[in-house]
Amino acid sequence: MKATVFAVPGMRCAGCIAKLENGLSGTSGIAAARANFSAKRVTVTHDPALDEPSLKAIIADIGFDAEPLPNDLVEDAGAESRMLVRAMAVAGFAAMNIMLLSVSVWSGAEGATRDMFHWLSALIAIPTIAYSGRPFFASALAALRRGRTNMDVPITIGVLLAAGLSLFETAISGPHAYFDGVVMLLFFLLTGRWLDSVMRDRARGGVTQLLRQTARGAYVILEDGRQRWHAAQALAPGMRMHVAAGERLAADGVIDEGASEFDLSLLTGESAPQKRGPGDAVLAGTLNLGAPVVVRATAVGADTAIADIARLMETAGQSRSRYVRVADRAARWYAPAVHTLAALSFAGWMLAGAGWHHSLIIAVAVLIITCPCALGLAVPAAQIVAAGALMRRGVLVKDGSALERLSEVSSAAFDKTGTLTLGRPTLVNPDAVRAADAPVLLALASASRHPLAEAIRRHFDAAGVAPALLADVTETPGEGVRARYRGHQVRLVRPEASRDTGMASRFVAGDTDVLLRFEDALRPDARATLQQLDALGIGATILSGDRTEAVAETAAALGIEAVAALTPAGKLGLIRAMAEDGERVLMVGDGLNDGPALAAGHVSMAPGSASDVGQNAADAVFLGDSLSPVAAAVLAARRTMAVVRQNFALAIGYNVIAVPLAVMGYVTPLIAALAMSGSSVIVIANALRLRNAAE
Amino acid sequence: MNGLVILIPVALGLGLAGLAAFFWSVRSGQYEDLDGAAMRVLLDDEDEAQK
Repeated sequence: MKATVFAVPGMRCAGCIAKLENGLSGTSGIAAARANFSAKRVTVTHDPALDEPSLKAIIADIGFDAEPLPNDLVEDAGAESRMLVRAMAVAGFAAMNIMLLSVSVWSGAEGATRDMFHWLSALIAIPTIAYSGRPFFASALAALRRGRTNMDVPITIGVLLAAGLSLFETAISGPHAYFDGVVMLLFFLLTGRWLDSVMRDRARGGVTQLLRQTARGAYVILEDGRQRWHAAQALAPGMRMHVAAGERLAADGVIDEGASEFDLSLLTGESAPQKRGPGDAVLAGTLNLGAPVVVRATAVGADTAIADIARLMETAGQSRSRYVRVADRAARWYAPAVHTLAALSFAGWMLAGAGWHHSLIIAVAVLIITCPCALGLAVPAAQIVAAGALMRRGVLVKDGSALERLSEVSSAAFDKTGTLTLGRPTLVNPDAVRAADAPVLLALASASRHPLAEAIRRHFDAAGVAPALLADVTETPGEGVRARYRGHQVRLVRPEASRDTGMASRFVAGDTDVLLRFEDALRPDARATLQQLDALGIGATILSGDRTEAVAETAAALGIEAVAALTPAGKLGLIRAMAEDGERVLMVGDGLNDGPALAAGHVSMAPGSASDVGQNAADAVFLGDSLSPVAAAVLAARRTMAVVRQNFALAIGYNVIAVPLAVMGYVTPLIAALAMSGSSVIVIANALRLRNAAE
Repeated sequence: MNGLVILIPVALGLGLAGLAAFFWSVRSGQYEDLDGAAMRVLLDDEDEAQK
């Protein structure tokens, strides 16, 4: 038995779960199927003899589009969040119980009772610190090894010192133990970490369910003429692949038999399909639009043109990995300041002759009071609320640093095909079809998977037309669909070569004979979005790999500047040049050819229809046809950073009040605990104001 | 004092039981599909009941 995970984005209701699970488990060769509605995934346990395409076909028969997900994407997702939530649960449990004991101490328990309560607190606190503190200890150790300091270093020192001192206090029957403060500190900090990690998981899950596989494999023609499915990794140069119409190529190759049109837009940005015949080279990732062809593979895996682009992306992404997040920038001065302050108060009280024990208690109080509880929550709390608001608006943000970078954008660069435009044909002249013929046309178009037929289907489906009932429907790949309707023949075929009119299709029914034209239309709200960006002080440019004439048309329609006929390296160069001029560039693109530019931009976005390379390279993915989420995301990011700054101000303001009290030695564990929870609650409440940030 | 001998272990024990239950629920995947769980309530399993 083998388990395969499929992304099923169309799962939208309770009925879908039942339909999928019952439909799949009822099929022979499938042992079990379990749907995960939140992640929009189905895990199918099946006989290894069933390959991915046939499972996909079974799910398609049930009525859903599905894409298999590679195993490495599925497995380790959420492992970090699960570890953090366990640590948080333990810290929370311990904090509650120790607080219960501390309340009795504060309300006047004395002598043997107080000692017993302290010992009980120690019994709960020590294992909790050992377990829940690990994420901080590990990170602090790693930072110290590299000779640097981060937010986790004062936390670790504070926690360990306070725990050690409290243990000592307990042993000598002292009046104050800080176990409650230490454990509560861990609990609040873990909450911040966990929120941060959940946000990343959720966006990653959202993106993986969208991933459109460039090509997972191909049907290889064996020597005896049979066809066998090979995954992309198992292909080798020299293999003959059978590529049906509507399939993407899994390897670079040369056409052996047949001729067809290929959609290269993913690789080059060129929107018009290109004709390729026997002997012509074709590249992995391109879509076969016309007829089935046999391709002899010449380059596979790491040798393909796609892999070259991937390498270019890797080097381009290095500048971004140097970006320092707000929280870490704050930690850079915060950590040394806290250490100095604690050391100074220790030294000061020693000089004042307070004795090392009393001085150490005050130093620990300073460390605990200044430990960045509110600071640790300030950034993730704001970011997760904003990311949730953006998700409802259809924008999936991959992590918090993307929101930070998005708020700093000063200039935007857009790809044309698939980004400013929809990247798929739309019917230009639907009025040429008489209302009486529309049901016949819809029925013909529904019989084919050709992109032009799908454009027709989308248009008339949306117009509320019901398909007519046809007889003898036959599809000839590369030619068109024929059928009989009320005795006479109806056809939806490609126009003759002499009538070369770009993307077009001919519809013949009785005395009707119309030429349907298609174009790659602009996304709805494209112009309004660019105006909104302009109002935010962000100028836009088009960077396209398409022909100059095609780009000029779009640029004129939108009233912005454009650079055309760019290679992937050319786009990358232009983005770098803009960055050197001091611009912080938002790159929006979808194709493989945009990959390096997406990775090089200060921040980048891709539409949900983008290639998986595009989506992986982008910091955020927006869903749906409209371009307006781009402007909404920039606006929401700016609002988020405003709230983050307020949160910092609140956290620092709290320190300004609390630290002098701690230095003077007035802070008891009770005050520390109250102040800490109070400031954390205020910071979270402030972050909640971002609920509607993306409206 | 005598009451504490019973009450404190009881309080800790109940807390630990809650913690153990939470760990178990995380491990058995009950938080993996929160939206789906809400949906599954609405499914009527008549087919299986008839079998």
